[in-house]
Amino acid sequence: MITADVIVVGAGIIGNATAYYLTKKGQKVIVLEKADAIGDGGSSRNGGGVRQSGRDPRELPLAMYGIKNLWPYLSEELDTDVEYYKKGNLRLGKTEKHKQILTGLTTRAKACGLDVKMIDGYEVRQINPYLSDEVSCASWCPTDGHANPLLATLAYYKAARKLGARFISGEEVIELKKVKGKLRQVVTANEIYEADKVILANGIGARKLAATVGIDIPMSSALLECLVTEAEPKMFEQMLGTAEADFYGHQSSHGSFVIGGSSGMEGVNKDNGTPVNSSITAPCIARGIIKYIPRLAHAKIVRTWAGWMDRVVDGVPVIDKIEEVPGLILACGFSGHGFGIAPAVGYNVARMACGEETVCDISGLRYDRFAAKA
Amino acid sequence: MNKVVDRSLGDREFVKGADDDMIICRCEEITKGEIRRAVHDGMYTMAEIRRYLRCTMGLCQGQTCAKLVKGIVARELGVPAAELEPASSRSPMRPTEMYIFANEESEEETGVCL
Repeated sequence: MITADVIVVGAGIIGNATAYYLTKKGQKVIVLEKADAIGDGGSSRNGGGVRQSGRDPRELPLAMYGIKNLWPYLSEELDTDVEYYKKGNLRLGKTEKHKQILTGLTTRAKACGLDVKMIDGYEVRQINPYLSDEVSCASWCPTDGHANPLLATLAYYKAARKLGARFISGEEVIELKKVKGKLRQVVTANEIYEADKVILANGIGARKLAATVGIDIPMSSALLECLVTEAEPKMFEQMLGTAEADFYGHQSSHGSFVIGGSSGMEGVNKDNGTPVNSSITAPCIARGIIKYIPRLAHAKIVRTWAGWMDRVVDGVPVIDKIEEVPGLILACGFSGHGFGIAPAVGYNVARMACGEETVCDISGLRYDRFAAKA
Repeated sequence: MNKVVDRSLGDREFVKGADDDMIICRCEEITKGEIRRAVHDGMYTMAEIRRYLRCTMGLCQGQTCAKLVKGIVARELGVPAAELEPASSRSPMRPTEMYIFANEESEEETGVCL
């Protein structure tokens, strides 16, 4: 038996960030990861957006807190350049329907105090001259941006490990067990781990594990895909998205464009246990890109990849202490937009685990919010 | 695969090697010293090394350096190179221009000669 103060299940960016802030508070932390590699799920398979615009008001406080207080200092704090750019987010639209979607998102975000506005096609091309004439409107949030998800995930891991967090990979958790009414044991095929607090930060895997102590989170997985181009000359620094989220991406520090997207078939993708590209998605993303950024038609694609996202039925994560199972904290179900809020989530969940108040209002992310249709 | 690895810090100090300035990944200009340092910072798998340093992610996609990188990581970890899983191979097989990739129709239909 191996004991700690807190066990974090899942070494993605949420788990790593939580482990980092917990270790910084002096907690003895063990992180269990079922994959061989750290950050093998959504954390290394996302578009790198660090944005507030286009978010559900329930998770907006986390996004705003992170961009104000954590992201700008992260490279220094973690001693690794996480390639954070705070150069704005353009969410693009071409049609009247797009404009309606974007206006709705903008109005709701403004009500939460976010500096975001609608702009027309002319203004869009003043900000980014590489966008095609088809783009007729966009939401513009100047304080949004992007970072490198691969580096940010591993930077938290590196920093947490350096502070003494114990990371064990290749260790799949099978079951959670209560002792005297409180969650106490985390059981794997090889070992039993014990702690006062257990944090599930393992994405879709959290559903199965939480179920072993009678908690269910309504989420399923969907396969998203991404493509990467060869290094191109520096073109622009904003994060791009579109009204219907058919593609999103940015140009990295290295020069390559990292652009993710969907084909519309995500709900029925094959699942053979490994996230594998389908043959239709990357070409579909490429067609979208060429229409929005015609200059990239001749950029060479060097890689494509796919990853699962854990999609909660109402589209926002579950970040909460579970009252029925004292000791259990959930931080899962990020629904494809967890990367940008990861530092703020880690910071708040670490406080939660130590019995402190969270610094952001995350009451909208409680686990007991789900209700059947009326 | 799925071997339990405890990544706690060992007591081995990082010692700079005489040939640490040697370039290993030519596309991304990553040196042997940077790779060794990354292993000491906790990057134990080929996938992590790739994500952390970018080596094997350049234009050659690792065809030039993957074996060399693997050898260095294995030596640093003190395991046989054969024990390290290679990083995933990704499509497309060779760099492909976006407008060609975007095209799902046959040559006859579009007149584009690949």
